[in-house]
Amino acid sequence: MATMDQILLDVKGLQKFFPIRRGVLQKVVGYVRAVDDVTFYINRGETLSLVGESGCGKTTTSRCVLRAIDPTAGQIHFRTDDGAMIDIAALPENKVQPLRRFMQMIFQDPFSSLNPRMTLLDIVGEPMLVNGMTDRQERQERVAELLTLVGMRPEYMRRFPHAFSGGQRQRIGIARALALNPQLVVADEPVSALDVSVQAQILNLMLRLQEQLGLTYLFVAHDLSVVKHISERVAVMYVGRIVEMATTEKIFGSPKHPYTEALLSSVPKPDPRLRSQRIVLEGEVADPANPPTGCYFHPRCRYAAEICRQETPAQEEIEPGHYVACHRARELSLRGIGKS
Amino acid sequence: MQSEQKPLLSVRNLKTYFFQDEGTVKAVDGATFDVYPGKTLGIVGESGCGKSVTAQSILRIVDQPGRIVDGEIVLRGADGNDVELTRLHPDSREMRDIRGTEIGLVFQEPMTSFSPVHTVGNQIVEAIRLHCGVNEREARIKAVETLRQVGIPKPERRIDEYAFELSGGLRQRAMIAVALSCNPRLLIADEPTTALDVTTQAQILDLLRQLQEQRGMAIMLITHNLGVIAEMADDVVVMYLGRVVEQGPVDAIFHSPQHPYTRALLRSIPSIESTPRVELPTISGSIPHPYNRPSGCPFYPRCPEFIPGTCDQAEPALRAVSEQQSVSCFLYQSQVSQGQGTKPSEGMA
Repeated sequence: MATMDQILLDVKGLQKFFPIRRGVLQKVVGYVRAVDDVTFYINRGETLSLVGESGCGKTTTSRCVLRAIDPTAGQIHFRTDDGAMIDIAALPENKVQPLRRFMQMIFQDPFSSLNPRMTLLDIVGEPMLVNGMTDRQERQERVAELLTLVGMRPEYMRRFPHAFSGGQRQRIGIARALALNPQLVVADEPVSALDVSVQAQILNLMLRLQEQLGLTYLFVAHDLSVVKHISERVAVMYVGRIVEMATTEKIFGSPKHPYTEALLSSVPKPDPRLRSQRIVLEGEVADPANPPTGCYFHPRCRYAAEICRQETPAQEEIEPGHYVACHRARELSLRGIGKS
Repeated sequence: MQSEQKPLLSVRNLKTYFFQDEGTVKAVDGATFDVYPGKTLGIVGESGCGKSVTAQSILRIVDQPGRIVDGEIVLRGADGNDVELTRLHPDSREMRDIRGTEIGLVFQEPMTSFSPVHTVGNQIVEAIRLHCGVNEREARIKAVETLRQVGIPKPERRIDEYAFELSGGLRQRAMIAVALSCNPRLLIADEPTTALDVTTQAQILDLLRQLQEQRGMAIMLITHNLGVIAEMADDVVVMYLGRVVEQGPVDAIFHSPQHPYTRALLRSIPSIESTPRVELPTISGSIPHPYNRPSGCPFYPRCPEFIPGTCDQAEPALRAVSEQQSVSCFLYQSQVSQGQGTKPSEGMA
């Protein structure tokens, strides 16, 4: 169990609803409950992954954490340099600004996230300029240092992004994110746009940088193999909620939520001998604008009981550090990876 | 055994080049493989390896300025006669008959491959009327039937919906329904699940397998996802920069890969089975830009077993290393002197 002073980010009851507007008067006729009561924490120096299918709210959660969008409700406590916890969700915009340098982002698409008209020096140096490092010489030295850190030659700093491959561009994006020595790096699908042979290079780089610089990652991804490779803890999301959160070993080895089990079993394993007894989920992901009653997963759950149709399960800690939102979590024995 | 059965489709030394102002892109440069009836051939490779252009070449829908410059594509017709697809004109009556009735195609993007201004039903009905020569009423009945077969609930209602009203999974099912509407004997699926979530992907792969069992059609599955290949394929073709580097039965490819690229690729993917947070072995460098294609073996600049003076000079040919597995690599051609590999063509940078 983590002691309280190690916690870097503590999110409680986070909600983000998007209004649905209809008609000439743009009347609000409903809400898309993109993120609905999400609670998690990240310890300093650790990687927590948010994983789930498209539309489950993982990206919205990460953007709320950065205050790129304003949450509807909830608290986001972030530990600042002096050790105090500040609720970012409650701060006015001008008070968030000075905190932004501690929270940086790595984007999914290395092609659209770099300005084609800026050189690497400008791209990586811009955050420094914005934060008051006006000396050009100093900035150049720091950019050179950062490029070396991410495995690129500093001579490249006069070039433009088009000269680089996807993997190299992602390295540039990482260098930009590290420019201000952030504490927390939010990486939203950082390798999903890359070729498989390049993915491994970027994942290795991220692991190395974490060790070297003591970074904390909030990693958002849909690819479970990548998530397993990079994270210490994993939170599985389904229709705006965290259904299960535990250490990577627990999530993959002994999942407690039926959705996690199904998700794990539907990943195609790169071994024809394991051609599997897959659990194929029926139906489709629930609509966050019109969710089912009770547990959102019950219409697709093979273990659903009467209570699941009526009551929403609360997030419970069933073992130290293992949180599950399922009525039957204690009685079910589910299949993980590596066991049959 | 495969050797007893005749292939449904044979591709021999296929070369499809794109002639552009900046230079020639050899998108497919000598691909050779067979597709057998009732079997699934997986074609795997990273971006730029020519797997999609191979599919387009077979259907003769390569975009300008691309052109098939060499090779044969032989389709065994239903009547037992062979048709050489490269000899047909892309717009000819014969070729148009083959598309749809003999070979069906499922695209990667279920979002963009349907027209947004026509209902899904109209698009299926159009395909059926064009290829099966039936009238509108029969075509509609057939369309509903096909939609039901691919597992779309309430097909009588869904048929009149537009593509944007369907979810990603349903749209891909509808796409498969279009491809299957005229009972093709070969289904080419180009990254059919790449845009889908894992649970939906599992549903679609299951569906493809069921349909194959029911209809006995051959599937040519193109993907970059080795997991999907391991789940689905009977035989595998591994491509790199337009060339087939290795091919063989799925078990051999995954459990005794021979080509350094296949081996490196299998080692470098993060697997859901592996131990977390250990450094992955990587393939150094990245895929070369198509204009700067290396001479000799296209993989040599990234290859850990590069033999100087050989790999950068000549292109290795695809040779059998066991009864069913073949590899194009000089490591397995040591008895052969280097001159006997295919000479790199003139004018290559």
